[in-house]
Amino acid sequence: MAITFDSVRSVATDARRARNFFRLLRQLPTVPLLIISILAFVAIFADVIAPHSKLDPVTPTSAQCTALYGAPSCPYLEGVPPFWSEGGNLNTPLGTDFLGRDVLSRLMHGARISLLVALMGTLVAGTIGTLLGVLAGYMGRWWDQVIMRVTDAWLTLPSLVFAILLLSVRGPGVWNVVLVLALVFWSRYSRAVRGEVLALRERDFVKLAEINGISKTRIIFRHLIPNVMNTVMVLFSLQVGVAVIIEASLSFLGVGVPPPEPSWGLMLAQERDAMMEGKWWLAVFPGICISLLVLSANMLGDWLRVRLDPQLRNR
Amino acid sequence: MSTPPLLRVEGLQTHYFGFGGSRVVKAVDGVSFTVEAGETFGLVGESGCGKTTTCHSIVRLLSSSAKIVGGSIELNGQNLLDLSAKEMREVRGRRIASILQDPMASLDPLFSIGNQVAEPAYYHGLLRGRPLLQRVNELLKAVRIPSPEKRLREFPHQMSGGMRQRIVGAIAQAGNPLLIIADEPTTNLDVTIQLQYLNLLKELQAATNVALIFVTHNLGIVAKMCDTVAVMYAGKIVEKQSVRGLFYKPRHPYTKALLDSIPKLGTKEPLYAVPGQPPDLSALPPGCSFHPRCAQATDRCRSEEPGDKLIDGGGMARCWQADTQSQTRAQEAVNG
Repeated sequence: MAITFDSVRSVATDARRARNFFRLLRQLPTVPLLIISILAFVAIFADVIAPHSKLDPVTPTSAQCTALYGAPSCPYLEGVPPFWSEGGNLNTPLGTDFLGRDVLSRLMHGARISLLVALMGTLVAGTIGTLLGVLAGYMGRWWDQVIMRVTDAWLTLPSLVFAILLLSVRGPGVWNVVLVLALVFWSRYSRAVRGEVLALRERDFVKLAEINGISKTRIIFRHLIPNVMNTVMVLFSLQVGVAVIIEASLSFLGVGVPPPEPSWGLMLAQERDAMMEGKWWLAVFPGICISLLVLSANMLGDWLRVRLDPQLRNR
Repeated sequence: MSTPPLLRVEGLQTHYFGFGGSRVVKAVDGVSFTVEAGETFGLVGESGCGKTTTCHSIVRLLSSSAKIVGGSIELNGQNLLDLSAKEMREVRGRRIASILQDPMASLDPLFSIGNQVAEPAYYHGLLRGRPLLQRVNELLKAVRIPSPEKRLREFPHQMSGGMRQRIVGAIAQAGNPLLIIADEPTTNLDVTIQLQYLNLLKELQAATNVALIFVTHNLGIVAKMCDTVAVMYAGKIVEKQSVRGLFYKPRHPYTKALLDSIPKLGTKEPLYAVPGQPPDLSALPPGCSFHPRCAQATDRCRSEEPGDKLIDGGGMARCWQADTQSQTRAQEAVNG
């Protein structure tokens, strides 16, 4: 089972545990898990499996130089299309960008940054926001007042402008983007979670726990947080998408991931002009990657939501 | 008696403060009663007369706008109002437990029955591991859950309302409490299930000698369950008697009116209703707070507030005319 009290965990026999494990395996969401694992694998081993460098242009053969520029040698090949189009080749399967860098290799390295930034940023924001929201909703009184006034103020700040401000103070860099995404987005969680908790804390099972002398800390972690996870999961899977886009905008504006480093958002943003010239592959491939990430995050979130609800779990 | 009673509530006053203290609602105003071990104490009255606030005051779990402004609550001679928050947590669940009204909302939908029944005992560090599991099994068996070994792995949504309420009963027993406060535990159950549940509570009580405070507005349940009954009106106990005394010789006109409003089988008379509405607790009428609705009210009732009048046999009534009225009612009961 997803969540059990340590108190009665010993109930499950080994055979039962094994059965549950296999049932869980059967119910796993294959497609999104597969996509996420592939993306994660590529991100972790980008250095090993990427065919070319992420920063330096692919060295062209003299045949290619003659074909394209009419000269025996050239520093790089600009805008080679993917291998199935005319003029493409399998050396650079997804083509090259305006500096002759291999798109596939840059996507692989970009996965590292994009996954890190999107997932970590949302995770940190979600953790901070959920904790503060539960505190505000359950503790009430001045906790509620202080936390919610800060949250309200935070929500009035335009997220992109605020992120730019923070990043221009901290300077560009991957971890700074994570930090800033967390700082910008926590307020959305705390607002939604507080509302849920306000309703939950009036439910009799919370009252009963209080009457049974259960401490506030335990009530928060055992009863309230599991019960708001539904909302948090849905918000989380939506926010992953937003985080990727914000990261792209920040990179585009020059305060996010610094430009020679590849990130999907940055690649997408930089190649808009190239798309006008018919070099569609430069923008479409990073776009597909972003969509896949957001889609699988959504599907995983949905699966988790069902898993965490005992009424839907054993269908 | 030399030993103190299990629970002694003395002059308890709990007020709600609204609009920055400018509006004071005296939800509980000078309530006193005692409960002995193994006794069932009934608390009856209309909605909004302070029954639930009294119960919440005993466990000190009031909403932030309410405050206990006077009186004492002694459990085994120890004043609960003097305890720190941490000590109070020890009392809750281990000494005092509770059964709430709505069985559908009383259980956390995300945790298995076993975990929820185990939580009080586990949290208070009474039991761990195998013995705890065994205890949970016993508790579920005691509240007549069939095949508890299987049921404790199931979730609240797989249970019926009656079963859930029985499980809440098991949770209440988990910490071996001395006192269980049952706040209208059967209001949301079918009549047949109600009877089963009440029988079950009686049985558990006989087995563990736990005291029960039974809050209800169903006089039939009072007659079945309680040893002593207190009738509350506008934040005060207006009459307190043994069940027998209350039903045969009610002293307070409000109690009589309540008894008269029970539907009777076999008569074609229209059902009697107490005229008027309960008073606004922030602006009580002068004198006896029941006088606007009382048929026997005199000038004295309108100006002077009656005190507790002891009646022989150990009860009390808060009415200027308590003595004179008992006679006629007794005759009525005999004639019947």
